[in-house]
Formats: sequence, C-alpha cells, structure tokens
Amino acid sequence: MTVTWDSISEGDAIPVLEKRPGVTQLVKYSAGSGDFNPLHHDFRFPQAQQLGSIIVHGRFKYAALGELVSNWLGHAGRIKKISCQYRGMDFPDRKLVCRGTIKRKWEENGERLVALEIWTESDDGKKTTPGEAIVALRRS
Amino acid sequence: MADEIELTDEMRAAIGRESPPWTYEVTTTSVRAFARGVGYTDPVYYDVAAAQRAGYRHLPAPPTYLGTPVFIPGRSHDIFSVPTEGQPSVKHGLKGLLDGGTETEYFGDICAGDTLTVVSRLENLEVRDSKALGKMLITTQRTTYTNQDGKIVAVQTGQAIHY
Repeated sequence: MTVTWDSISEGDAIPVLEKRPGVTQLVKYSAGSGDFNPLHHDFRFPQAQQLGSIIVHGRFKYAALGELVSNWLGHAGRIKKISCQYRGMDFPDRKLVCRGTIKRKWEENGERLVALEIWTESDDGKKTTPGEAIVALRRS
Repeated sequence: MADEIELTDEMRAAIGRESPPWTYEVTTTSVRAFARGVGYTDPVYYDVAAAQRAGYRHLPAPPTYLGTPVFIPGRSHDIFSVPTEGQPSVKHGLKGLLDGGTETEYFGDICAGDTLTVVSRLENLEVRDSKALGKMLITTQRTTYTNQDGKIVAVQTGQAIHY
C-alpha cells in the first residue's frame, strides 16, 4: 500500500520491521559500509571477549531505521533528515525490532512533511537506538 | 576511566579545522553491497529497471549510505576505510571510543554513478560527565557531501564519545 497524505494521521504507528541480524549479516554490513571494526565480527577481539560477544554496529541499527522508513514510504517521497542516538548494545542472533510513529504532519513552503519518531528495540524491550526522521511526501 | 579531562587551547584550536576533500563513489555494486548489508529486500536498491520504475535516475543510495570512500593503502584507514590524511583530530590520550549519534540531512538525491566530494570538519569539543564512563570527551564532526554537479546533497553530523 502506498503512503498518501490523506491516509496518514499523527499518532499512527508505521509497519514494524523485525530483524534478527546474525554474524553473517553483520559481516555483510561490514563489507557494504567499509566498517571493519573487529568488535563486529571477531569473537577473539579483546573488547568482544570482555563483553562476551561481538556486538551489532550502531550504524547497522541506524541503517535499519532507514530501511524501516524506506519500507513504509515505498518511494512515495524522500527522506529529508534521519537521525539516531546509540544508547545501548545489541547482540547478534537476537531480535531487533524497528518501530516508528507519526509525530507530526504539516505543510511548509509547498512541501508535505511528516516527522516520525523511530527506534530500535532489543529483545528485552529496551530502546537502544532512539531517533527521528523527517520525510517529504510527493504530491501526486 | 578518566577523572579529569581538560580542554586545552591546543584542542580548542582544532575546532573548525577541515579535512582536505576526498572522493566517495556511489556505484551499482556499492549500492547493492550496502543494501545487502542492511538486509533490504526492496528491488529498487538492486534492480536498475525497478529503480527507474520507482522514478529514480539509477539505483538510489539507501538511507544513511553516502558513498564509499576511495580506498588507497597508506592514505586510508585500514579498519574504517575512511581517508586519514589531514583529518581534523585532537590529541586526548583516551582509549575508549563509542559512537554517540548520527544525523543525516539530505538536500538532493544520491544515485549510482554519482561521485561525491567529501569534506569533514571538527565542529565541536565538549567534556561531559557520565555515571558509567566517567569524564568523556565528545567530539562533533560535520561532513559535507557535494556531488559531481557541485550541489551539496547531504550533510552528516556525528558524535564520537572518547572515554
């Protein structure tokens, strides 16, 4: 279903994106992003040994929030701004749920804008990566 | 854990310093590699025909992907792949490093075939207190991405936490 200006309201939740990144997924992200910090793939790396595991890249979670917004938007507009803060660690092979709600919709300088609150949730329900996105919907 | 971090004049002098420009490439292969890295199933990020049907001039860069820095051994960071030459940095002696947050603002589209010229600036330095990490030095970096037509297409601001 395509997102349209009239079909959305403030307070709406957007479709959830549920991920469970395993080690192979993190290795793919390292290759795609160029971030080869061993903390995200090498269990023998001292910091990983200290933590008892490798951890999911913060930037993977940021990109996953981008995927959440992109999937919802379905190319019916463009992202103007997307941000997040890295507040907690996530580990591979665990559920990582990306969620978003519509905080505000308004028109400005002829643009139809939507502000979303977005975040990732660990399997224990903790919001590890809270953020925000602003999108401009295309006028159809 | 650091008990005290002092912002010296030398550190403050680094605020506002800019890196020399470096080239970042957006290619069909790099867009697909990033999309696979995140786990996208949307064909628009993989299939040029699907991208064009969706209204893009070529495969679009997925959100938060701002190109891949050209890698040159000795001039690029072996782990993080980013250019190392002339990057604004501060001497602080802190070993711990965490990513604090990232904000990307877009001013234009970014698609496969684009070449971006990237300049990074040290925007701010700040000392903050944390219960878990003690005194922390927060560095804010502002990176500007200009495409082959001279248009600024994105600005990314990021905080790094040194402790």
